Amino acid sequence: MGRLTPENLERARAIVALYPERRSALIPLCHLAQSQEGWLSPEAMEDVAVLCGVTPAEVRGTASFYDMLHTEPVGRHVVAVCTNIACLLAGAYELIEHAEKHLGVSVGQTTEDGEFTLEEAECLAGCDIAPCVQVNHRFFGPLDGPGFESLTAELRAGRLAELVPRHGVLCRVERNVSLPARDAASPGSPAAAGEENR
Amino acid sequence: MITEAPRIVTARLDHEDSYTLDRYLATGGYEGLRAALARPTAEVRAEVDKASLLGRGGAGFPAGRKWSMLRPADITYLVINGDESEPATFKDHLLVERDPHQVVEGTIIAAYALGVAQAFIFCRGEFALGLERLTQAVNEAYAHGALGADVFGSGWSLDLVVHPGAGAYICGEETALLESLEGKRGFPRIKPPYFPAAIGLYGAPTVVNNIETVSNLPWIIRNGGEAFAALGQGSSTGTRLFALSGRVERPGWYELEMSKVTFDDLINHPSLGGGVKGGKALKAFIPGGVSAPWFGPEHLSLGLDQDAVGKAGSMLGSGSVVVMDETTCVVRAAWRITRFFHRESCGQCTPCREGSGWLEKILRRLEEGDGREADLDLLMDACDNIAPGVSWPPQQTTICVLGPSIPSSIASGIRMFRDEFLLHVKEGGCPMRGAR
Repeated sequence: MGRLTPENLERARAIVALYPERRSALIPLCHLAQSQEGWLSPEAMEDVAVLCGVTPAEVRGTASFYDMLHTEPVGRHVVAVCTNIACLLAGAYELIEHAEKHLGVSVGQTTEDGEFTLEEAECLAGCDIAPCVQVNHRFFGPLDGPGFESLTAELRAGRLAELVPRHGVLCRVERNVSLPARDAASPGSPAAAGEENR
Repeated sequence: MITEAPRIVTARLDHEDSYTLDRYLATGGYEGLRAALARPTAEVRAEVDKASLLGRGGAGFPAGRKWSMLRPADITYLVINGDESEPATFKDHLLVERDPHQVVEGTIIAAYALGVAQAFIFCRGEFALGLERLTQAVNEAYAHGALGADVFGSGWSLDLVVHPGAGAYICGEETALLESLEGKRGFPRIKPPYFPAAIGLYGAPTVVNNIETVSNLPWIIRNGGEAFAALGQGSSTGTRLFALSGRVERPGWYELEMSKVTFDDLINHPSLGGGVKGGKALKAFIPGGVSAPWFGPEHLSLGLDQDAVGKAGSMLGSGSVVVMDETTCVVRAAWRITRFFHRESCGQCTPCREGSGWLEKILRRLEEGDGREADLDLLMDACDNIAPGVSWPPQQTTICVLGPSIPSSIASGIRMFRDEFLLHVKEGGCPMRGAR
């Protein structure tokens, strides 16, 4: 466990090929690695480092800057409650207090059964459905206490599995083309017609 | 005044399937691109100049002028900024999920106008559905001939890559966004150079445009820059997508003609915001994202106009309006906004990194009843160290504008509601607690 699977290694190489410089693939590859186990294991970060031509420390140093990339294990469902201004005005702190009580954990902790990690999020751009919650980056809202309880019950029962993939799985649509323009461009005329009539 | 202006970027959104290629093609999709490709790039740029399209990301810089600054070079890039994270802003979120082909077509038109061969759409990572819809749209655009080698038989070629972010407000700052796209921490770059148009992605000249900005381009090419400029008035042309939230009956997105529609219309008109929630009194509102100084009821008559809002001491910013009512505690609101900046400060510059933490701590103790009267002066003093003079627009002390934006909410709060801050000291805590 931990290493990128052969299928994901292949995907990773296709992603690297999309960028003029391979380090640019670092964050997309971290997302890919995170889709395997829900978090970024040290082994996966080593694989990402090799693919991007950097050291594992550079991968960790970069990944740790970003809220979405987890370098420690998380629950199957990462529940992020937004408490920023629009959600605050709609009762987000009451909601997060309720969530803590209901799940029996504090913000930042994971339930004992590994189902839920509770997070307090910054604005998720769901202010029209405030207070809003993301579960594995899928939106729910507006939510009150009872709404939160039924949402977690549905998740626990696996009834939302289609809508909410496991944590780490971000984009389930794969790019199906390489870069035909770059392939077609002959050396010396990178911008082709667009440059000529400038 | 509510006007009959056409909906430009949300025209398709009443359709359930607005994100599909079929719907897009049935509603004029990719016709703007075809029309653009039939004209020399200089004419396309001139059309956008005529539209006087202001950038919709927050700074409101004229898009045409930004384009004109692109330094000629063998390799240049176009990067679309979809890292929408300004609190209470959710317009780009809407556009990538509900009309991704419009984003893609706008990007292609911009790339053609600039003579760029490689473009990226940097989409906020938390928009999982948006990433799926954008990726699908890009796949379909390639299959449709709108991307790749020889776009629509024009002889011009373009590759477009959808790039996911990973959660950092600062990556909305264009140089931080480029760092992130290069696979690094989102640290804003030292200026000068002030614009990536000189030195951008991988050191190459790069134009960075916002999602909503490029979403306007298909319409502008189809209808002409003059038709766009005929909407709104002064420098605020066209329509704009406003995001309304907070203590209001009908929070949501509203595409409105700039300048002519007022904040009063947006917040109170039955067809728009529908008034303050529960018939309560309006206390204050934020006119353009949490980096903007607050307004009071006396500013309701202002038009949704970049210059007018600027002259009144704030900014239209990202087009997000947050309503606070009589039950809202302004200390708590200012604290939460400051906490956001503290969490999102990248940490490079001392005034921002340290100042945001100090301010958050002081506001928290005021709210929790451990404040003292001298805290008000201390807050303003710390604000003054981050942005000397605490004026508007703020003085810069840091690499990027995040830090100097922090004092906005605090200074507004204290200036408008000093008594309420003092009441927190006198009563040993928040007097509004339990008001809701």
